[in-house]
Amino acid sequence: MIIGQITEGIVLDHITAGKGMQVYKILGLDELDCTVALIKNADSAKMGKKDIIKIAKKIELDFDVLGYIDPGITVNIIEDGKKAKREKLRLPERVVDVIKCKNPRCITSTEQELTHEFYLADAEKKIYRCLYCESMAKND
Amino acid sequence: MRSLIDIKELTVEEIEELIAVAEDIIANPKKYSEVCHGKKLATLFFEPSTRTRLSFEAAMYELGGNVLGFSEAQSSSAAKGESVSDTAKTVSCYADIIAMRHPKEGAPLVASMRASVPVINAGDGGHNHPTQTLTDLLTIHREKGRFENLTIGLCGDLKFGRTVHSLISAMARYKGVKFVLISPEELRVPEYVINEVLIPGGCDYVEVRSLEDYIGELDILYMTRVQRERFFNEQDYIRLKDTYILDGEKLKKAKSDLCIMHPLPRVNEIAVSVDDDPRACYFKQVLYGKYVRMALIMKLLELSAD
Repeated sequence: MIIGQITEGIVLDHITAGKGMQVYKILGLDELDCTVALIKNADSAKMGKKDIIKIAKKIELDFDVLGYIDPGITVNIIEDGKKAKREKLRLPERVVDVIKCKNPRCITSTEQELTHEFYLADAEKKIYRCLYCESMAKND
Repeated sequence: MRSLIDIKELTVEEIEELIAVAEDIIANPKKYSEVCHGKKLATLFFEPSTRTRLSFEAAMYELGGNVLGFSEAQSSSAAKGESVSDTAKTVSCYADIIAMRHPKEGAPLVASMRASVPVINAGDGGHNHPTQTLTDLLTIHREKGRFENLTIGLCGDLKFGRTVHSLISAMARYKGVKFVLISPEELRVPEYVINEVLIPGGCDYVEVRSLEDYIGELDILYMTRVQRERFFNEQDYIRLKDTYILDGEKLKKAKSDLCIMHPLPRVNEIAVSVDDDPRACYFKQVLYGKYVRMALIMKLLELSAD
C-alpha cells in the first residue's frame, strides 16, 4: 500500500498498533477538511507493528492528551516536504477532561460542571489518580 | 489562605506544632477562651454525624467564636440541587472558616477551590477525614508520649475504614513503627496503601486474620466498625460485622499499658464492659478531638493566644 508523502503537516509515528483510531477520535481528526490518513498495523523494525497518522495540515495538538494515551508516539512536523521538527512525548503530570472518573462515590459523578482531572501518581507504573477522590484511572 | 483536605498536606513539623498547641490548650484552657472572638465557623454537614460536628462546634465555642450551619443535606440548598461550589461561595460570605462533611469523595476539595475562606474536610465518604487522624495522633501522643517505636494493631474494616488509611499514612513517617493489620480477607487494607505508603516508607507490617494471636504484641489497638453505609450489598455487611469483638477475655493476653482506640461510633466491636478497663482510651480520644480541632481552627485562621 502506498500513502503519499505530505509537504506540509504532521505525522504521528510509532503509535502503538491498535491505538490509531483512539488517537484519531480524541484529536477530533474526523472534523478536519484536509487529507488525513490513518495507517494501521504498518511494519516497524522497532515495534513489529505500529499505527501512523498523517495530517496534511499543521494543527494545534494537545501533547498532554497524546502523551497520556500513548507516550511512545513521535510527532513529526513537516514543512516543504521535509521533517522540520521531531518531538518525543512523555507522560503528562495532569490530564484534564480526557478520561472520566468511574468511582460512583466521587463528587464528579454528581456535579456535572466539574472538570475530570487526573494527576500522575506513579510514572514508573503509569498510574493516574483522580484529583478529587484519588481513584486510579482505568486506561482503556 | 489555607485549607485542610488531606492529612498528607501537613508536614511532620506542622503536625507536631498542632499537637503542641493542643497540649497547651489542655493545660491552659483559659488562655484560649477568647482567641476566636468575633469569628464564625460554618459546619456544613451533608450527611449525619454526631461526634465530628459537635466536636467542631464545641471547639469553636471554647475559642470564644460562634457557629452556624446545617446537619443534613435535606435542610440545605443541596436539596434544591445547589452545587457544592455554589454552597461554598455563598457560605464564604457568612463565615470565616468552613468545616464540611459530604458523602461524595472530593467534595470538600471542590469547596476549598471555590471558597474564599479556609475549608476543613470533616469527612468525605470513605476517602479522607484528617481531623480524625489529628485526634488519633494527639491521643497516641498523650497516652504514649511518642510516635516512634510503637507496634500499632489496626483491626476490623481496613478496606473502607478511611481513618485507618490516614492513620497509617501519618504514622508511617515515624521511625520504628510496626503495623499489625488485622482483618477478614474481604476487608483487607487496599493494595495502594501497601504499595504507595507502607513499602515506599520502608515500614514493618504484617497482614493477619487473628486478633488473639497478636494482641500481646501491641502498644496500640485501633478498633474499627464495619460500616453498613460503605456496603452496596446488605448480606456482605451482615456476614462481616461480627468478625472481631474485643472483650475482657481477649484483653487478658494484652500488655498492661495497651492503648485501645476507636474512632467511634461503635456498634458491638468493643464490649461495653471494656469501657471500665483503664486501657480503654476511646472516650478520651473524643475529648482530645475537640482540643486538636481548636488548634487547627486557630492555625487556619492564623490566630494565636500570645
